[in-house]
Amino acid sequence: MKLNLKVWRQQGPQEKGRMVDYQIDGISEHMSFLEMMDVLNQKLIGSGEEPIAFDHDCREGICGSCSMFINGEAHGPVKGTTTCQLHMRSFKDGDTIYIEPFRANAFPVIKDLVIDRSAFDRIQHSGGYISVNTSGNTQDANATPIAKEHADLAMDAATCIGCGACVATCKNSSAMLFVGAKISQYALLPQGQVEAKDRAQNMVAQMDAEGFGNCTNTGACEVECPKGISLTNIARMNREFLGGSLTK
Amino acid sequence: MSTLDGKTPAGPIKDKWTSYKDKVNLVNPANKRNIDVIVVGTGLAGGSAAATLAEQGYNVKAFCYQDSPRRAHSIAAQGGINAAKNYQGDGDSIYRLFYDTVKGGDYRSREANVHRLAEVSTNIIDQCVAQGVPFARDYGGLLDNRSFGGVLVSRTFYAKGQTGQQLLLGAYSAMNRQIARGKIQMFNRHEMLDIVVIDGKARGIIARNLVTGEIERHSAHAVVLGTGGYGNVFYLSTNAMGSNVTAGWKAHKRGAYFANPCYTQIHPTCIPRSGDYQSKLTLMSESLRNDGRIWVPAKKEDAQAIRDGQLKPTEIKEEDRDYYLERRYPAFGNLVPRDVASRAAKERCDEGYGVNATGEAVYLDFAAAIIRYGKEQATIKGENDASEARIKELGKEIVKAKYGNLFDMYKQIAADNPYETPMMIYPAVHYTMGGIWVDYNLMTTIPGCYAIGEANFSDHGANRLGASALMQGLADGYFVLPYTIGDYLSSDIRTGKISTDSNEFEEAEKNVRERIEKLVSNKGTQSVDYYHRKLGNIMWNKCGMARTEKGLKEAIQEITELRNDFWKNVSVPGGANELNQELEKAGRVADFLELGELFAKDALDRNESCGGHFREEYVEKSGEQQGEALRDDKNFAYVAAWEYTGVPSEAKLHKEQLEFNDIELKQRSYK
Repeated sequence: MKLNLKVWRQQGPQEKGRMVDYQIDGISEHMSFLEMMDVLNQKLIGSGEEPIAFDHDCREGICGSCSMFINGEAHGPVKGTTTCQLHMRSFKDGDTIYIEPFRANAFPVIKDLVIDRSAFDRIQHSGGYISVNTSGNTQDANATPIAKEHADLAMDAATCIGCGACVATCKNSSAMLFVGAKISQYALLPQGQVEAKDRAQNMVAQMDAEGFGNCTNTGACEVECPKGISLTNIARMNREFLGGSLTK
Repeated sequence: MSTLDGKTPAGPIKDKWTSYKDKVNLVNPANKRNIDVIVVGTGLAGGSAAATLAEQGYNVKAFCYQDSPRRAHSIAAQGGINAAKNYQGDGDSIYRLFYDTVKGGDYRSREANVHRLAEVSTNIIDQCVAQGVPFARDYGGLLDNRSFGGVLVSRTFYAKGQTGQQLLLGAYSAMNRQIARGKIQMFNRHEMLDIVVIDGKARGIIARNLVTGEIERHSAHAVVLGTGGYGNVFYLSTNAMGSNVTAGWKAHKRGAYFANPCYTQIHPTCIPRSGDYQSKLTLMSESLRNDGRIWVPAKKEDAQAIRDGQLKPTEIKEEDRDYYLERRYPAFGNLVPRDVASRAAKERCDEGYGVNATGEAVYLDFAAAIIRYGKEQATIKGENDASEARIKELGKEIVKAKYGNLFDMYKQIAADNPYETPMMIYPAVHYTMGGIWVDYNLMTTIPGCYAIGEANFSDHGANRLGASALMQGLADGYFVLPYTIGDYLSSDIRTGKISTDSNEFEEAEKNVRERIEKLVSNKGTQSVDYYHRKLGNIMWNKCGMARTEKGLKEAIQEITELRNDFWKNVSVPGGANELNQELEKAGRVADFLELGELFAKDALDRNESCGGHFREEYVEKSGEQQGEALRDDKNFAYVAAWEYTGVPSEAKLHKEQLEFNDIELKQRSYK
């Protein structure tokens, strides 16, 4: 198929960016979206132009590197799918496709479609862990049974890949789905409950310090999350945060 | 040729690690504060090592090329992690895990290392649960297990089909705690481009900041490489796009021997390629073989009709299907080890029974499992006269709960519904058992330089069993290296800070700069990908699932020619002092073009078939095992460790003789 692409090009963090038009032909419906970008980049290299920079690594929807805003949606039109798992069969011959980076003040553009998501890491540094040393002498893994229901909910929260689609989608650039998922995972497990209060306080404080916005309950983040992280995680985060504030 | 000493401690195998730990030199906490350790790579091995070393008090500098340590490719591991917990009471033990791993590796791994791995496997599960890793549980709240290939027990712990992700996020969380304390200094988007050796010891690295292009010097008292495998030498593999051999290869060029490069795992269950534009291959977890049955049509005309689109797999009658693994290996059936399953798929497809347009695919079918689970559920629910449709519905729910995310992934990529029609799969390059040679301490032949996880060679021999890579990565990082590195560093407590102003740093930085300059100023005619694909073709056709003397000789020559052409004609757009992804790729492909040659040489040198290394000349000619790999223990029960001499194919061979005192070497039979 033949496509018209409008791609965000930006030379560096301080440079002004703009949408640039590219025409591309011979795209197979079986290609992944990123393979289509590979074809475009090979074409650009062949004609002596600089290829488009974009983050990607595992190309199987789990590392969370890829981060394209496609036709106004994080990771494009298919639900529950990262950019790397989006296939060209979701588009038609002659389509015009807009490709932009995930945008948020807390995610500055580094180059073209590559953004800086280190704010997510810093939030995790502030409390995204259970304080246990590697000793090999922790209690036996089966010493504390965990209700399957809680273990499963913790797992659902833990499947977040840290891509930032929630932030890019939210009109307030809120990171609450991301932070809520991490806080929930630990709050649901007995091992995580020991530090639960401080964790919620510290992670929320860091989230605010990074310049992410607030949640106004539109639920757009949940809709666009490629891993289907549920909005209930935000409710649980609020509960943990409030509980922590009141008993501090 | 010389022989190498693996420095395995004396004593009975059961006591080696314990007595080693009892006697090993330690570094006192105050002195640890004065010692710096560099860890390159933040996957399960590097991440767990960085976190643990920092907990112990060392100053850790950790490096990854990704934008966050959480994105290392361990994250993509699906199926599970082995541990000899025997929670199922099905006869598992440390000895059995040890035995299965040595046998699975076709008797080409170091016994003492494997036993240690089996010993610490149980600690890993305890540690991960304490960290908040949400493993799958049963209704009683206890941990659930499943079974993987090549074993007769259920010892695999899992978190849906995302076990690697959960274990890596566990290690990442442990790292985060140390980053917050300032004990780990994290360098994201940095790539190691050389290792610095001073007075014979590893004392630092040269790294490139991938955002600014800046070349940086970092010193330390020891350097740990947890940089993963080199499967991307095949271009198409299940590795991440950025996975590379560069760190290991630079260490090799500075004196670290490279061991058994030809031992590569071709995983039997991957989604087949769909066209020439293909950039990578996607694995379907081995756990699927617990319930999926692998087959091709028994009649060639049926296979042809399927390829022509005139017949659907569901229309082929039971008696016209060839469940070839169950037929050939009745004892292990669909759960034979990966090397065996892959070769069997290739054999059927080469004979003309392949089921997709390219002729390179077999079926993985869940219809029988859906009925089996459905009947069980109907009985549990007391629906004794449930219709077939109802049974299927109930069965699908169970299959969905077990493998839902894998089925979704398949659906997205292949645009086909595996609940209704069998999956199509074909083998693909997945893991490299070979790697940098290390002794029992996990130290390379460069003193002070360590290699852990997939980057080293030691535990999986010629073939790795499923769910053992995660086990090894975390064992090395959490429980082995933190002991063994102390033994070395205990003699370094008076050294003080290592300066980066030495001639050695100067020389290493100069080399790195010159090479980058050469790449960006070359202005050739072909892109980096052009060369990578060509290399991949040579590797797959001549160093892949079946190798011959003739093909390997041709491969060496073709790779040499391709490498020469690369340096003449490669084109790398953009500059050196900016984010330049083509430049990153060019450096990695340049190293693959050298490694590929050594790979072929190693395969040519090993005149036997073992595990993932299958030479067509060396097969059982008759008897029950006809067509199976023919090992030569008399002449090849050794580790081939190669020393760099300037040209990869002229590397010097050093042998580490493998001794098997606790396991009898015999034909690996899964019949």
